[in-house]
This record gives sequence, structure tokens and C-alpha cells, in this order.
Amino acid sequence: MSQELIDAITEMREEDVVAITNQLLDEGVAPTDILMACKQAMDVIGKRFEEGDAFIPELILAGEMMTSVTDILKPRMAEESTSDKLGKIVIGTVQGDIHDIAKDIVAFMLDLNGFDVTDLGVDVPPEKFVETVQDTGATIVGLSGFLTLAFDPMKDTVAAFKAAGLDDVKIMIGGGQIDENIRQYTGANAYGRDAMAAVDLAKSWV
Amino acid sequence: MFVQPENWSKLSATEKREARFASWMSTEGRPFASPDAESEYKLRAQRIKDVIDLKKPDRVPITPFVGGYFAKFGGITPYDVMYDYEKYTVAWHKFNEEFKPDFLVFSGAFNPGKVFDILGYQVYRWPGGSLSKNVDFQCLEVEYMLADEYDDFIADPESFYMRTYMPRAFSALQGFGMLPTFFASMELPMAPALMIPAGLPPVQQSLKAFMEAGLAALEYAEASGKADGYLQATYGMPALPGGFTKAPFDYIGDTIRGTRGIMLDMFRQPAKVIAAVERLVPIATKLGVQTATMNNNPFVFIPLHKGADGFMSDADFRKFYWPTYKAVLEGLIAEGLVPWNLVEGGYNSRLAVIAEDHPPAGASYWNFDQTDMTAAKKYFGDWAAIAGNVPSSLLHTGTPEDVATYVKGLIDTAGKDGGYALATGAVLDHTTAENLHAMFTTGKEYGVY
Repeated sequence: MSQELIDAITEMREEDVVAITNQLLDEGVAPTDILMACKQAMDVIGKRFEEGDAFIPELILAGEMMTSVTDILKPRMAEESTSDKLGKIVIGTVQGDIHDIAKDIVAFMLDLNGFDVTDLGVDVPPEKFVETVQDTGATIVGLSGFLTLAFDPMKDTVAAFKAAGLDDVKIMIGGGQIDENIRQYTGANAYGRDAMAAVDLAKSWV
Repeated sequence: MFVQPENWSKLSATEKREARFASWMSTEGRPFASPDAESEYKLRAQRIKDVIDLKKPDRVPITPFVGGYFAKFGGITPYDVMYDYEKYTVAWHKFNEEFKPDFLVFSGAFNPGKVFDILGYQVYRWPGGSLSKNVDFQCLEVEYMLADEYDDFIADPESFYMRTYMPRAFSALQGFGMLPTFFASMELPMAPALMIPAGLPPVQQSLKAFMEAGLAALEYAEASGKADGYLQATYGMPALPGGFTKAPFDYIGDTIRGTRGIMLDMFRQPAKVIAAVERLVPIATKLGVQTATMNNNPFVFIPLHKGADGFMSDADFRKFYWPTYKAVLEGLIAEGLVPWNLVEGGYNSRLAVIAEDHPPAGASYWNFDQTDMTAAKKYFGDWAAIAGNVPSSLLHTGTPEDVATYVKGLIDTAGKDGGYALATGAVLDHTTAENLHAMFTTGKEYGVY
């Protein structure tokens, strides 16, 4: 039965996903087992994305399906303990840039893969990133930027972490015009081309 | 304005294109400060025409798509660009006098803040509006058409735009939502019914704002025309491109439904998405034809967004994006126009898809960003002009030597046997003067055939 849920998710059958989830609950399947099936399905989609067999529309719809499932399960589940998380990450779009679509997908994939993600939104000043890391104790930071105007704010944000003495915090950057040249320019630890690259980087850092 | 000859409808697409080029390239009636400027104009126009015709020009033309960088170079802010036309003009002249590109490629950074202020434009944020004066304008993706409004859009796109979209996109145009159907004016006893809504305060306020915005837009057009006119007259730099339109999928995906909206629609109501993009084909084509004709210019600018690598599978690209985009390209080419595609992001997996079903040869221009140019030459070289690919990251962080090496590589591969123009991959917002000089100088010296 869980396999049916996995298949419905990976085959992008949105309505079936909701119906099967409700059916599983009626049959007495534990919410945690349903979540586990979702996780397996998302691993399949993530792998397809990495291999060039799934694309942004599939990730966006998968996000919608996961939200629908968790909305159904939430009332029946105890609050998830943060100690079960792989690590803490602070993410946001850098100062001056107001784009959020790609950043939202990355935050969603990190969350799904077991990270405790604090999403600061868009147009985030360097000091806000630093303060949030200090408050949450996060060890990883993700800086997003769609436009070339993000290059300098990314550099400034990396510098702000150094200035605050937070040298151990690992910083990844990503966005439309980001490559190895810009990684070096900003002083970030790594850059990623897409959401799965961000997950792989974060896992390698914890 | 390009004036069509009387036998226009009898001309072939090639003959129409030749007529449009001849009118654009003609120096008759264009003021020039010197005979040198006039001959430079002809030389440069011929250079890009040779590239479109897939021939070898005298050298590689230099056609960078200049965005906000000229303002930085001129020491003014993005706010100044949108609000102070005198400062804009000084900076724009300074940039072009310093770097001397072959063409004045439509400056995407120059837009009138006053027009947007009057109308309360919601779709973008801009410096001095709700962004800092030092930040360039950016799009705010919201669902300006809701998921269940496709049928209204498809039934009558112009009416949907006027009565539903405009009040959402411009806060000062709320009254447009109350405009009645103009069919009401059919006979004397019915015509007054049409006028009644026009007398209501919200409609009156909106029409007043619309007229004020019109005057502000004229001021802007005059300032921009004067700024470019001086450069054209003094240095012989032709302006490019002349008209504009978009791929139908991008119309819906960029500023009507938004990325997230249209991507969910692809799963939830694919038939509606396809009907909507099909409905847009004649509208998008007509917009390109009208704007290019008005500017007496054979080129139609088309920025490409949601069809890039990663944004959808090749199968979905064939299903949702390419058929209607291709129909627009063919419609423009049939009218003698040259689509000037700004291919943002990567198009690596699309090259083969487009090449196997490509529009007519010798009639389009593709400015690539992060696409592999060797592959682009392979798939497009025998039927379309290609351009671009100098990376924004290299221009921002590399050395002049790095830039020169990269440009030489492009000229050797993409530029082999002509059919290539040297340009940045993305809109030029950030670079150093040294790197930009390295790009242009290498193009002018190493790019001689």
C-alpha cells in the first residue's frame, strides 16, 4: 500500500496522493510510516532530477504534494523533535535581490532531506544572516541570488561571517549566474547548480 | 516608421526582409555629423546583415546587450537612470564614447520611473519605488491571472488584459475593470449606455492617470530618442533591435500566471495552458510586427525565459513551449522580420529539438548565454546567426587576459566562417572597464576575417 503512495507521488498523480494518504490512515497505518514513504518517493524524484529526468515543474508539484500530505498528517502527529535533524541551515536571497522561486525549492529539498531550515526570505542584509546563525547555532548557510547584482552582496555576506568570527560556518551559494569564478570571488565554501547539489553539499558538511 | 511598398502582399518573405533591411540601412533622411559617421553607419549595418545572411562580414560585429553597467561606468545610480533623463543621457553617451560598440543595443536598464509611479505598477519593483536607489529593477512574480481564469483569457485576451489584468497590475487603473463592452456603441439609442461607466469617478480617475502616464511616456521617448539620435549621428552607431515580443509560454509564465503557477498548470490543466499559448500566437506576432515597423528596424527582440534547460523536460518543451514559439518566429519571418532571441540561461538540450524543426534559414539571430557555443554552431550554424556567450561571471571576476582568451576561443569556434556576433551572454550589468575593453578590443582585432 505504501508502494502505491510512492508510485502516485513519483508519477505526479496529485489527486491520488491525497486519496491514498487518507486511505492509509483509515487502515491504521502510522503517520511516520506514511512520511517514510513520502521520503522514499522524494528520493526517487531527487535522483531523477540529478540525472536530468525530472525538472523544476516536477519539483514544484512534488512540493505541493508534500504540503498536502503533511497538512493531513500534522493533526495526528507529535511535534517532531529537532534533535532528529541532520543539522541546522540558514538560507535566504541576498540583499538587493527579491527572487524567491529557486531559493524556496532549495529550502524545501533541504528540509525534506532532514535539515532544520531557517528561511530568511528575500533581500536579506548580511547582518541578518549573521544574527540568525548566532541565534540558531546553525553550521551551514545558503545564499541565493538570481541576478548578477547578487555577486557583491554574497561577497559582503561571506565577509560579515568572517568579521563576526564565525569562520567555521560553511557557506554555499547558488543562482542563475553563479559558477566557480563567483565562488572564488565571494569566498564561499562551495556553489551548487541546483537543489540536489545543495542537499549533497549540506550532507557532506555534517 | 517603415512604409510598406504597395506590392507588399505579393512579396516573398526574403523580398520583404530585403526591403526592411534596405530601409533601415539607408542613410537618406538620417542626420549625420560627418561623412565618416555616415559611412560607419552603413558599414556596421552591413556587418550585422552579413551575419544574418550567414556570410562572413569584414569582422565580427560587437553587439553587447547593455544593462545597468553603463550607469556604474558613468557614476550614476539605477535610480538616476529611471528618473533623471539628463544624467541618463550623459552616462549613456560616456559609455558609448568610451567603448564604441558597433551598435546601440536597446538599453534594458533605461525605463521611466515616473510612468510607473503614476500608474502604481505592481508587477515590478524598481529603484526609488520600493527598492533602494542602488538596485536595478526586478520582477515580482504573483498570479496576476488566477488558475480558474484561463477561459476568460482564452475567450478574449485583449478584454481580459484591459478589464482584469490592468487593474491588478496597475493600482491606478482600477476603473478599467468597470469599462463596458464597446459593442454597446452599435446604434444611437444604445451608445449612451456605453458612456455611462466612463462618467463614474473610478473610471474617470483611471483615465486621468492613463493620460498622465501617456504624457510621461512621451517625455521618456523623446529623451531616449534624443540620446540615441546623437550617438547615431555622431558615431554612426545603428540602434538594435527595433521591435519586441515574447514566446507565448513566457507571456503566460512570466507576468500573468508566474513560474510556479504555470508549472502547476502544466500538470493540473495542460489543455488550458496549450489553448492559451495558441491563442497568443497571432497577438504576439502582431506586436512584433507593429513595434518593428514603427521603429523602421528589421529586428524583433524576444527574451526567452521558461524554456531553458532544467525548466522543463524536452518532451514538455516540445508540447508546451516550442510549437507556439516557432509559430511566432515563422510569423515574424514571413513579414520580413528577423527575430533577435536573447536566450537566457542554458539551451543545451533544446538545440537539437529546435534544429530538427527549425524556422526558415538566414532569418534569425540567437544570443546565447550559458549554451555550449560549439554545439550551437553545430546545430544552428547552417541556418541561423548566433551570438553571445561571454559569461557575466568572467567579466565580473576575471582578468583582461582571461577575457581576451575566452573571446578568441569564441571567434575561432562560433565565429568560424561568419554568422556570429560578439556579445555578452546575459544583459551587461556588472564588469570592470578593463575587462570590457579587453572583450571589445579582442573582437575588433582578432575578429577580422
